[in-house]
Amino acid sequence: MDTVTLTIKEQPPLYLEAEVFNPDALAGKTAQEIADLPLPMGNTVCKVGDYFTVAGKGGATAAETKVVVNGDLAKVKYIGARMSSGEVVINSSTDMYVGAWMTGGKILVKGSVGDFAATAMKGGELVIEGNAGNYLAAAYRGDWRGMQGGRIHVKGNVAADTGFYMMGGEIVIDGDVGEHVMIHADGGKTVIKGNAKSRLGGQMVRGEIYLFGSLELMMPGFQHVGDVELEVEGVKATFAEYIGDVGERHPKSKGQIIYGKLYQKK
Amino acid sequence: MAEYLIKNGFVFDPVQGIDGDKKDIAIKDGKIVEKVGSGAKEIDASGKTVMAGGVDIHSHVAGPKVNVGRIFRPEDKNLAPWDVARGVRRMAGGFSIPTTFRTGYKYAEMGYTTVMEAAMPPFFARHTHEEMRDTPILDQGAYPVFGNNWFVLEYLKNQEIENTAAYIAWLLRMSKGFAIKNVNPGGTEAWSWGLNCTTIHDPVPYFDITPAEIVKGLIEANEYLKLPHCMHVHSNNLGNPGNYETTLDTLKLASGYTAKNDFGRDQVLHHTHIQFHSYGGTSWGSFESKGTEVAEYVNSQKNISCDIGFVTLDETTTMTADGPFEHHLCELNHLKWANVDVELETGSGVVPYVYSPDIFVCGIQWATGLEIALAGKDMMRFHLTTDHPNAGPFTRYPRVMKWLMSTKARDEMFATMKNEDKVRDRTALGGMDRELTLSEIAMMTRAGPARVLGLSHMYGSLTPGLDGDVAVYDYNPDTASDPEAIETAFANAAFLFKQGELIINEGEIVSNGNKRTLWVDVKTNENAQVERDISLKFSKFYTMTKNNYEVSAEHYLANPYVIEIDATQ
Repeated sequence: MDTVTLTIKEQPPLYLEAEVFNPDALAGKTAQEIADLPLPMGNTVCKVGDYFTVAGKGGATAAETKVVVNGDLAKVKYIGARMSSGEVVINSSTDMYVGAWMTGGKILVKGSVGDFAATAMKGGELVIEGNAGNYLAAAYRGDWRGMQGGRIHVKGNVAADTGFYMMGGEIVIDGDVGEHVMIHADGGKTVIKGNAKSRLGGQMVRGEIYLFGSLELMMPGFQHVGDVELEVEGVKATFAEYIGDVGERHPKSKGQIIYGKLYQKK
Repeated sequence: MAEYLIKNGFVFDPVQGIDGDKKDIAIKDGKIVEKVGSGAKEIDASGKTVMAGGVDIHSHVAGPKVNVGRIFRPEDKNLAPWDVARGVRRMAGGFSIPTTFRTGYKYAEMGYTTVMEAAMPPFFARHTHEEMRDTPILDQGAYPVFGNNWFVLEYLKNQEIENTAAYIAWLLRMSKGFAIKNVNPGGTEAWSWGLNCTTIHDPVPYFDITPAEIVKGLIEANEYLKLPHCMHVHSNNLGNPGNYETTLDTLKLASGYTAKNDFGRDQVLHHTHIQFHSYGGTSWGSFESKGTEVAEYVNSQKNISCDIGFVTLDETTTMTADGPFEHHLCELNHLKWANVDVELETGSGVVPYVYSPDIFVCGIQWATGLEIALAGKDMMRFHLTTDHPNAGPFTRYPRVMKWLMSTKARDEMFATMKNEDKVRDRTALGGMDRELTLSEIAMMTRAGPARVLGLSHMYGSLTPGLDGDVAVYDYNPDTASDPEAIETAFANAAFLFKQGELIINEGEIVSNGNKRTLWVDVKTNENAQVERDISLKFSKFYTMTKNNYEVSAEHYLANPYVIEIDATQ
């Protein structure tokens, strides 16, 4: 595996749209070729080399390419977006759309990420050591296809609207979460090890939410149907089981109505 | 104005019977001429295909429901890259519901110069014209919808054709409309009562009139007014298994009528997106194509024409004044739905739709459209449309041409389908080896629509005296063998002239042209009853006054082009 190291050298006046900071775009390219790639900023298009020093080179394929991004990336968007394989390591905090539309490969963020991380993610793995913003693993604005596959692990806290229109895949949040988790979801699983606020699973058709901590307000569309013993993320415990959102359309499978499930640790 | 000589191209003009001959086409003062002086600018078209500018008879490109689609589908902008502003071009985006600018540019890049907006709610005519004004290059016109209009329903219930005609003439003048559109006759009004009309004999609630009476009445009013275009119908029961019977019943209503007009039009009924109306079976499980049956009936009747509405197997946005159908579609795919009722006049709905090649119903819909076209005999009466954006975006016309012109391309599409055998089994397409010629494509895309629109004195041919609308495609019919070359060439015109002005030069848009908006002004006898009815309904029911209703040509239309008709007997 070859490594490309991108280090920011000065802060841009506007936000940079780093759509090429992923193994797919950098595979097979030399440092000079990478420095010449386009880097949109506002209504202008800069070059990668204008704001980043480039070291190393891309591997023969995306799978053999590792991209490391260093420095203060608070004004850089789209790192790892649309990647299909290989590896991305972001050594600090960064802005929106990290790993959006990704279909494979692995992203490790050593800081926090902005909003819309993993938008409509289909596969691969995203690990965030800090916090994540709003609309993690959500659908794009207006779209009905949120996260469909892969795994996300956030070691910190997450803001609102996580898993909006989620259809598949798995999210594990070690910290607390904001309002609106898995709204409109039609599949997928979210584990919240910390506390939640309100409106978990609103208009959820299918999917599962596991909550270890407290919940400020349960949606009225969720019904308590009993208690179950479960092992979730290596923790064995008793969980209260809720089905919902009963106000929504629910498909049938083998004569059984399929509901969204919400489990809260007792 | 500059003179041009387009030299040595393979010219296809079915109106003049020119079938690929190497000829020069001369343009002077905005018109096609016999010859130009020696100072004319020469365009080398050797090895290229030359046709008249394309004419689209049915497309949804402007107006409130198109804009609802744009507003409620921000994700559509993600399906196509944004074109950045360059040269004379403004920034443009969107895939199935492109911005007005992208609409103009993309049609021009396909060699189209005239596009008709197929459904204009009169109440929102100002908005429709504002969007058309912002659409560069293209000549446009819009069809106001009449099939669910209270005035029309009341007059036709009493069989008052003269009153219906007087009202239509008034509304065409108010809305600056071009033709009579009739969507799900009676069904959209029934939808206001939570009902629908799925056969031509279902009575409309309250009005107690049937779709059959509406269709016949509007044909009679159309011929009374001697309009350029014929009555343009989207019949009842769109999209449902077994609906081909309703379609045949509707088409049969035209029998016995003869066209009366001074525009060279022989048709009294144009059935739009007939693909959506040509299905057999009794349920989605037994869904099948009845395309050949419907095409054969159209073949047998010279006074009707149709456009196809080809399904292009894309993710798109459906939008129609057929309100009940959109609700039905939303219940099938569970995606977002918008519904609008336009007071006293019409309604509409909008729902996104994904035509997947892996779903056998979508595969059959794709095959049905192609089957109808390939079973067509007189291609002047079978027009190429995708009912944009309902069956697919208009930007796919070149792909549809590829399928029509190549069995290899059709087989390649079949091969990608998960249910290929089932689709082949339920349609006749697999057994058809006809490949349309460029002449037939020219009939389906310019000559035919121009004739049925009553605009063959302006468009659709390269006959001297017609508008200087000429498209040059980088396609050599003598040497081309790869079907992909068809799609590439017809999506990227090498040169395009509109009214004699160079719009595309060597593949680049170099001018936004001088677009016109066509409308029809019919003079009718004074009709005190209709005048009183209009005043009464406006004061009693409408939420706006007549003064706010009228579209003034000088304020709302880009280069208004009026077609005047005298229908005083």
